[in-house]
Amino acid sequence: MTLTDEQRTEIRETANEVRRDVIRMVHAAGCGHPGGPLGMADFMSTLFLAHLKLTRSNLHAADRDRFILGNGHTCAGYYALLAQKGLIPRDELLRFRKLGSPLQGHPHRNAELGIDFSTGSLGNSLSVASGMALAAKLNGWSTRVYSTSSDGESQEGQIWEAATSAAHYGLANLTVIVDFNNIQIDGVMREVMNVRDLREKYAAFGWHAVDVDGHDIDAVDAALCAAAAETERPSAIIAETVIGKGVSFMENQSGWHGVAPNDEQAELALAELA
Amino acid sequence: MSGTSVSSPSINIAPRATGDVRRVATREAYGEALLQLGDEREDIVVLDADLSGSTKTRAFGAKHPERFFNMGVAEANMMGTAAGLAAMGKTVFASSFAMFAAGKAWEQLRQSVCVPNLSVKICATHAGLTVGEDGKSHQMLEDIALMRVLPNMKVFVPADAVEARQVIRVAAETPGPVYVRLSRAATPVVLADEYQFEIGRGTLLRDGGDVALAACGVEVAEVLEAAEILAREGIEARVLGLASIDPIDGELIRQAAEECGAILTAEEHQVNGGLGEAVAHVLVESRPVPMHMVGMRGEFGQSGKAGELIAHYGLDGASIAAAAKDLIARKG
Ligand SMILES: Cc1ncc(C[n+]2csc(CCOP(=O)(O)OP(=O)(O)O)c2C)c(N)n1
Repeated sequence: MTLTDEQRTEIRETANEVRRDVIRMVHAAGCGHPGGPLGMADFMSTLFLAHLKLTRSNLHAADRDRFILGNGHTCAGYYALLAQKGLIPRDELLRFRKLGSPLQGHPHRNAELGIDFSTGSLGNSLSVASGMALAAKLNGWSTRVYSTSSDGESQEGQIWEAATSAAHYGLANLTVIVDFNNIQIDGVMREVMNVRDLREKYAAFGWHAVDVDGHDIDAVDAALCAAAAETERPSAIIAETVIGKGVSFMENQSGWHGVAPNDEQAELALAELA
Repeated sequence: MSGTSVSSPSINIAPRATGDVRRVATREAYGEALLQLGDEREDIVVLDADLSGSTKTRAFGAKHPERFFNMGVAEANMMGTAAGLAAMGKTVFASSFAMFAAGKAWEQLRQSVCVPNLSVKICATHAGLTVGEDGKSHQMLEDIALMRVLPNMKVFVPADAVEARQVIRVAAETPGPVYVRLSRAATPVVLADEYQFEIGRGTLLRDGGDVALAACGVEVAEVLEAAEILAREGIEARVLGLASIDPIDGELIRQAAEECGAILTAEEHQVNGGLGEAVAHVLVESRPVPMHMVGMRGEFGQSGKAGELIAHYGLDGASIAAAAKDLIARKG
């Protein structure tokens, strides 16, 4: 199924709102990670609005879809999307990273807010997503399990253990979207530690694997539809993105991986995202 | 109550910093010490796991690029690689955040570093609550336990930048595995520059005979503050700095127990398996006295500012002073 014009508009508007929230949240916290979530906003909005079945009404349904943010440091955008879905109260967003807030610096599982799993230590989540997918399969549920990952996280060995076992057990209900922006903390991924062609790697591990432009919401939607149509293999969508997307001075800069904008920078960023 | 003074001449009395209090993170001191060692010794190789800006190994990498290897986000592989380098005669410094250095790569450290007793120096930064806003996934509160349980592993938790610099130097000069726990936050410099760290020796930072307060890492400044608070109420606390957790200074601890009659320990770590238990171990095998352990009591941390978290979990000077008074009341 292709996106309707209405859906396309809604996803674009949501992605922009998410970007604005990310700037506001990280600015209010005075620390955090703006770059990643700005880059992920387009594919995350496509996933959350057009594919992931998670709403207020099915929140507590055992067989509903699950989502794990494997690259947990990018949670500002995830929280903003959960707020868009009415699962996180909007005024909570500005308490991000503050003492006592449920919106922790890295996601902490929270059944009421729809945060399905605790993450933050890279490498762990694809295994957990596989376990969830395995349980859903065991129960005969139509649950789909989505996880994000990243080029940096793909350096962790456990990712490839999960890739092996998920294919071995034929977890067709599992989809990972890899935020591939070629940036990690210490700089350009291909210079720090080159993970090479992730589509080829996942394919070699027995996955249905595709490359997409992570900012092309139609392409992302098509890839998610194809993943849902798989019956034998888990799916990997390698989403090429630009870190900091939408804020000119943050784009492609590893320096914006984990630094908060100051007042002036936040204002500039919000003006660009108006 | 009155303060007795230390009787044994072998006690290592630490020179205290004077004048305006400087605040420096121990990871900064690590970066500087490493850079210096790199200039002095060709055999030193440094590994990092995509955190070289934060762990402060970056300066070494810039100066000695041929001896610096960024391993990417792959801590287990980094520790295994460190073991291989060390097996070929290199002295290896391997850094990441404490959570990932000690947590993610524990089994590699046990099998490939500690069993063969190799010269891998794990310099783990961002330990404890004072990581702050990154929250529980990043607040390593179990690493002292994980490391001190390992045969051959020496475990050092410097109190400040002066001690950290010394510890790094000693780590480089001492064969075998060493774990150094370092902090993200800038904390008060409590020791004078002429201070000398020795393996297995604690330091006397303040004399007193009513209660002993023993601490490591960022908690040293907090127990010193607690001692000031207690002094204003006429209670003289002895303060011990126990940077060398394994091996630990049994003599200093036994003497403090004998002369003060009670020991409080403070650490930015679970009380299970940490400094407090190391001190208790010394005492239960000699002559136990009432103890109180300040630390995390079986819970994970959360996001917040470093100072807020220290106060929230009762690890600040005022909370420690209050706990010390309760402890004194339990003295026989
Ligand atoms: C196991 C582990 N090691 C190290 C870190 C610290 N860390 C957080 S994000 C990150 C870089 C990850 O790369 P990527 O996800 O590609 O970064 P981005 O594109 O968001 O800049 C690192 C090393 C971590 N969270 N977990």
